[in-house]
Amino acid sequence: MILSFLIAILFLGGVLAWCSEYWHPDAARWVAILTLIIEALLLLGQYIDAEPVVMGSPNMPQNWLADYYHTWIPRFGIAFHLALDGLSLLLIALTILLGFMAVSSSWTEIGQRQGFFYFNLLICLAGIVGVFLAVDLFLLFFFWELMLVPMYFLISIWGHENRSYAAVKFFIFTQVSGLLMLLAIVVLVLINHHHTGVYSFDYFTLLNTELPPRFAFWLMLGFFIAFTVKLPAVPFHTWLPDAHTQAPTGGSVILAGIMLKTGAYGLLRFVIPLFPDAAMQFAPIAMTLGAINVIYAAAMAFAQSDMKRLIAYTSVSHMGFILLGVFSWNIIGLQGAVITMLAHGVSAAALFMIAGALQERLHTREIGRMGGLWAILPRLSALTLLFAIASLGLPGLGNFIGEFLVLLGAFKVNVLLTCVAALGLVLAPLYALLVIQKALHGPLQNQAPLFDVNRRELTSLGLLTLVTVWLGLHPGAVLDISDPVLQWEMQLSAVAP
Amino acid sequence: MNVDQLLSLSPLLLLATAVITVMLCIAMKRNFLFISSMATAGIILTFLALAIAWQKAPVQATFLLRVDHYGLFFMALLLLAGLAVLALCHDYFKHREGQNEELLLLLLSALLGASVLVSSSHFATFFMGIEILSISLFVLISYPLRQARPLEAAIKYLLLSGVSSAFLLMGMALIYAQCGELYFSGIGDYIARQTALNAMLVSGIILIVAGLGFKLSLAPFHLWTPDVYQGAPAPISAFIATVSKGAVFVLLLRFFINTDSFSYPRLLHVFSIIAVLSILLGNLLALLQDDVKRILAYSAIAHIGYLLVALIAAGSIAPALAVESVSFYLVAYFITTIGAFGVVSVLSTVPTEADNLSIYRGLYWRQPWLAGIFTLMLLSLAGIPFTAGFIGKFYIFTSAAEGRLWGLLAAVIAGSGLGLYYYLRIIVIMSLNTPEQTVPIASPEPRESSNAWISTTTLVSLTMLLVWLGIYPEILINIIQSVSYTMQ
Repeated sequence: MILSFLIAILFLGGVLAWCSEYWHPDAARWVAILTLIIEALLLLGQYIDAEPVVMGSPNMPQNWLADYYHTWIPRFGIAFHLALDGLSLLLIALTILLGFMAVSSSWTEIGQRQGFFYFNLLICLAGIVGVFLAVDLFLLFFFWELMLVPMYFLISIWGHENRSYAAVKFFIFTQVSGLLMLLAIVVLVLINHHHTGVYSFDYFTLLNTELPPRFAFWLMLGFFIAFTVKLPAVPFHTWLPDAHTQAPTGGSVILAGIMLKTGAYGLLRFVIPLFPDAAMQFAPIAMTLGAINVIYAAAMAFAQSDMKRLIAYTSVSHMGFILLGVFSWNIIGLQGAVITMLAHGVSAAALFMIAGALQERLHTREIGRMGGLWAILPRLSALTLLFAIASLGLPGLGNFIGEFLVLLGAFKVNVLLTCVAALGLVLAPLYALLVIQKALHGPLQNQAPLFDVNRRELTSLGLLTLVTVWLGLHPGAVLDISDPVLQWEMQLSAVAP
Repeated sequence: MNVDQLLSLSPLLLLATAVITVMLCIAMKRNFLFISSMATAGIILTFLALAIAWQKAPVQATFLLRVDHYGLFFMALLLLAGLAVLALCHDYFKHREGQNEELLLLLLSALLGASVLVSSSHFATFFMGIEILSISLFVLISYPLRQARPLEAAIKYLLLSGVSSAFLLMGMALIYAQCGELYFSGIGDYIARQTALNAMLVSGIILIVAGLGFKLSLAPFHLWTPDVYQGAPAPISAFIATVSKGAVFVLLLRFFINTDSFSYPRLLHVFSIIAVLSILLGNLLALLQDDVKRILAYSAIAHIGYLLVALIAAGSIAPALAVESVSFYLVAYFITTIGAFGVVSVLSTVPTEADNLSIYRGLYWRQPWLAGIFTLMLLSLAGIPFTAGFIGKFYIFTSAAEGRLWGLLAAVIAGSGLGLYYYLRIIVIMSLNTPEQTVPIASPEPRESSNAWISTTTLVSLTMLLVWLGIYPEILINIIQSVSYTMQ
């Protein structure tokens, strides 16, 4: 029951935020904060009370913490079925954390139509939490699309100069690939229907569907494309630099921090468990794509002069590691992918917040028009340095653990690709230090007096600093939570026919 | 004729009585409000009579009409659509000069034609229904007499509709010459007895398909659609897009299932080509438009193409699932299309039709509720979850995947992707800021807020229905399922 509250609270909060605008123009952001606090408490309560739930076959490792089932459209065996396990718990926690960050970074940036802004923000978060909880494939698609529409509005109404183009491109890329997934879902359900005579969209029922290999490959591809467009992987990544650059800071934080992770989550939770054989055959191609992703996007990042665009490309680059880790399909690689998801969520969100803060002060995103900022914005510059080196994978910070584990896991499977991807670790300092050098050092370009970070920004970025340091120094806490899930999935694909 | 037959025909009889009563009342005294309420009462009474017929169904009332649950369900849908259009017409026409009372009369007679069409089981009623519907539409389209565009639209529709009727008649003649039957099931029996492809019969069916293709505005018979939609008053465009097309599609499906024309695979190839052309052409041409009514016209072409995919699937899957898909999609399409045209209608003022995209600039900030309704309607047309359109699209996917029509599915996906672009374009334009000086010629606010409450109520209920069916479609699915299993 609490699981459905997790989604409902965000919905209600969104509607309330919209309505509160008529009462006081600034009330919406407080409503949003309050909603997120309730959401966080709910999740915490759920985690503390959690008792293992037996789902699927009982002789598997039991990793599910909570379960909520309610029939929805019995005609097709569609149910409102939510379930929580360690992986979704971690990602929802990340969602809530970055939800706070998104509200914080929009605090002064969004002046117009605040009510509608926070409405969209919270509905988008509701969709994302829904994706992390859904274990009914129809419901998954439902939430998958639900998070699109508000994000589209966030970009197209509050975005920067080229927002309409970016928003439409983002929407069409994800929607069309989503339709491919819907088609794959429907065909999977129909095949199961032919075998068993009942319609069911339930994840646990469909896990055991026997698929003709030829079908399995195409169905796997349908899911894979939908998730890798969101991830994004190289041939499908072109929407991302535009969307991330044009979105308002809050939108970029959500996009880079969590929405990309829905793609990674989908690969982990759905693509490989549902189609283990096809996915294993496809793994070399997927890993190649991952390696290309790392190198190509890092090189592209190096060539950018727009700060947000550069950060966007670094996101693409890091997502390559996730692809590599997931498709190496051993516990180390998977753990690495999970840590990378979390650590990148934090560091990318922080970098976008910094870019937003700089844009608010300097009214530009061009790195060339910055320079010498350390002299006038010492605290903000120090934070920039911290997150830039976190992003390049400095040991002791979260990203390093993730990337290291991914490379370790992938090395067991494919040495060549691992070596290629490891080059990404060489390229990352190049672009990260480029930003530091051009924006923070050098001659001072801007003579106007600028305010350094205020208390709100310091608190938010400080919190993210703590998280990234904690992930880097004590990853065990996270690994313990995600371990049973990954064990379960490994076993699932091992016993699969 | 026995009592059962008479009772089962009571909706049609009541509707015909309503037409005549309204006509007599107009002859006695002209009062727009009074006549509107008369027409509304007529539709509601007919709707209630459906309940009586529902209990008696299925009844073969004379060999011309078959009153079964399938027909009655769609009759109910058509009547409700008629009611919504009537409400929109009321606000649209009440401030226009001229004698507007006959408009309501014509709406009723068009509904009568459509109702005959969905329950016909014989070529005679088939043709009669189509002609009653079309002739009423000629006048409805050109109702604002003193404007050039409606007249042009009406002439275009008149000519092409005449040609398509000729095609239909020729097709019927060919079929009759070959099998000596005008009765659908009789033709079905004849087809079942044939072992080889019968060229005469197939050409007859293809001529009928071409004739119906005009009425349904399927590519390549779609050329009239954008002009007529653009020229006709907005509520009437909604009427053509829903009632006229819906009734014809329902008939097409019944004809195909009853006569079992699916046993000719080549016919399905023809249909597949028509469907792909409609989806791609409709969506591609919509990209180039700057006029909301034209965009909706091209999108309607594409949507009938999607529907056709489900009809083609009926050739290789259980017809019940295909009927179910078509029915749900039609309901969603009706709600969405009337809603979208309803917004255009509410925004239109006496001198200007609100069809240019520039009128919609900044609508979110001027009239948030109306813009919100329009957004939901457009998202439903695009098939985004939370709206009935999504469940409709899901049905199309399911029946096409069950029938293994991969090529057609690819066309549907490509079409949806293209479609998004122009739906989103309208939404983007609505969200742009309006500088004060570009407010359109006649600012529509006062009219909307003061006295278009009937239209507004209609739009709000349509929106609620849209979202409700999007979130909780089970009730409608159950009704449709019971209807579709009685189809054979």
